[in-house]
Amino acid sequence: MNLDDLAELAEGYRAKEAGNAYEARVCMAASCQSSGAPAVLTALTQALGEGEGETGCKVKGVGCMGLCSAGPLVAIAPQGADLMGSTLYRDVKPEDAADIMASVGGAPLERLRCPTDQPFFARQRRIVLENSGIIDPDSCKGYVAVGGYAALVQALGEMTPAEVLREVTASGLRGRGGGGYPAGLKWSTVAKVPGDQKYVICNADEGDPGAFMDRAVLESDPHRVLEGMAIAAYAIGASKGYLYVRAEYPLAVERLTTAIRKAKRSGFLGARIAETSFSFEVEIRLGAGAFVCGEETALMASIEGNRGQPRPRPPYPAESGLWGCPTLINNVETFANIAPIIRNGGDWFAAIGTEKSKGTKVFALAGTIANTGLIEVPMGTRLRDIIEAIGGGIPGGKAFKAVQTGGPSGGCIPETHLDIPVDYDSLKTLGTIMGSGGMIVMDETADMVDVARYFMEFCMTESCGKCIPCRAGTQQMHALLDSIARGRGTRQDLALLEELCEVVQATSLCGLGQTAPNPVLSTLKYFREEYEAKLSGT
Amino acid sequence: MTLLQSRPPLPSDDKRWKLVNATMRRNGYAGHALIETLHSVQDAFGFLDETAMRFVAGSLDLSLSKVFGVATFYHLFMLKPKGRHACVVCTGTACYIKGAGGLVDAIQERFAVGPGETTEDNRLSVLIARCVGACGLAPAVVLDGAMQGKQTAQQLMTRLERLD
Repeated sequence: MNLDDLAELAEGYRAKEAGNAYEARVCMAASCQSSGAPAVLTALTQALGEGEGETGCKVKGVGCMGLCSAGPLVAIAPQGADLMGSTLYRDVKPEDAADIMASVGGAPLERLRCPTDQPFFARQRRIVLENSGIIDPDSCKGYVAVGGYAALVQALGEMTPAEVLREVTASGLRGRGGGGYPAGLKWSTVAKVPGDQKYVICNADEGDPGAFMDRAVLESDPHRVLEGMAIAAYAIGASKGYLYVRAEYPLAVERLTTAIRKAKRSGFLGARIAETSFSFEVEIRLGAGAFVCGEETALMASIEGNRGQPRPRPPYPAESGLWGCPTLINNVETFANIAPIIRNGGDWFAAIGTEKSKGTKVFALAGTIANTGLIEVPMGTRLRDIIEAIGGGIPGGKAFKAVQTGGPSGGCIPETHLDIPVDYDSLKTLGTIMGSGGMIVMDETADMVDVARYFMEFCMTESCGKCIPCRAGTQQMHALLDSIARGRGTRQDLALLEELCEVVQATSLCGLGQTAPNPVLSTLKYFREEYEAKLSGT
Repeated sequence: MTLLQSRPPLPSDDKRWKLVNATMRRNGYAGHALIETLHSVQDAFGFLDETAMRFVAGSLDLSLSKVFGVATFYHLFMLKPKGRHACVVCTGTACYIKGAGGLVDAIQERFAVGPGETTEDNRLSVLIARCVGACGLAPAVVLDGAMQGKQTAQQLMTRLERLD
């Protein structure tokens, strides 16, 4: 199969749909599902059945449209339109189905309308999420119809592995799991290591509490991730891949399983992909509820059937990874960026974002903010724009206090620093990290000492117990924070806490321990007075 | 010389053991299939007991301590049977900010069970999850597999009281 064949195939799939002038797209991602989307889908299908033939409309379950707080969302889209070109309805109930169907092609139903020209949608730039909320995640044909697998076919048919590596390097893409390591460099390292057996692993163990970007990508556009993995495998010379998904995401696992089966049947995975000599098999491995398994060496231990405990690096996975073989490991969002990079070229991608952070980043907005949900913005967007314009600010007339990024490894950013551009390096200078993209907004009622204690409690329970600084250090730090939070802490306790933070940061084996003190350090940096106010007499 | 150890027989003629066996067979009885196998035991039986762990250890040719170590390392594996209903309270950051702690306290007060415990009448188990990824609907609970978003303590209590 070459690109022309694929284009013809895609054209054929599109022509089949062309008979329907409109699509009623119902968000069937986990969040809308739990607000009642399946009943809405059924009701819309029934309403369509009654007026069949007149509307020229098709009801379709799609992935995440982003604005989770307004779910269930339904978009009435002219054939082939994106989210901005659709009429979007919010908080849809099954009873609304008939009215919605009656409005198709006519005036929009104002009482349910959710304007798509509001900043939440208008200020985004969707690359990773470009198909999310538009295609049916369970349909391989639907993915091909919007240009899916073209990048893979192009890479296999028209590019050498070295050329693929060159594009990925030129794109400046950095790992989206939090570390921000340049993807091109990582890929090239694994490609250079000699070895008959190499592995590609997709880290879908999105453990940061408050982050659901990867979940949405997997639930909305699973083929995109598979395509990225297959291109990576071709570039580095691997024939086997694993997707390590947390068991807390049953819907993502279900959709991935379907996607793998259908991609195999269509010849985009498995043996002799697109009729070339390249073969690539993907298997899903389920996590079992251990945060530390997001760390790459722990994740590999878990795939091997062991306790998910990290080991010292070097050797890095690139040299000695899964079962001692050279292994490339990236997270979901990183792989989801690959297809557009190959399709449009590395330079196209490198033109988006800032000097050192290229492309876009998906963030999960949550906490006390008006618009909770998923957004994708170019790197370098000001934090204030994200929170005030896109997020819609703090509801209930309360004042903003802090935004937490990077989960338990990150920190809190106060109001005074909201004007920084969001990129890997700016966040680091503020004592937090980009992390995988969770953004939790807190209003003035938040108690920052309690927030620090919450994250420490998390790290304490999730510590794998292998190295002492983390195992014992998090216990001690938690005990100190607890006594300060209860108003029993002394000045000495606070001094001891700060000292411990340094020790644990410097001496822990893996990222979990090394970054566990970050929430404490950053709240101490910006909200020290809250700690001081809780101290009992010295 | 290779020692050919025979695999242990199924612990009983309960049909669910066949499901467990199928998982192991699909993975060629390799040791790295341990976590997959424990998942399938838990899916079939609801929890992991000693019989199951001994059977899995024997079948995959792993020591019992290794199996026990893995089973206790991962939060998802339960060594005790769950009650008839399971209420998982998400305590991820977004849910924490929006008051998940209050939900846990309310359950404790009303049903006298804390996280990881089951009521005496075996009606309800309370579990804690580290973020179920429904942050847009915080605070969220997963009641018998179904996600319930934007919960207030009162709503949740009414729901839990209605369980049989």
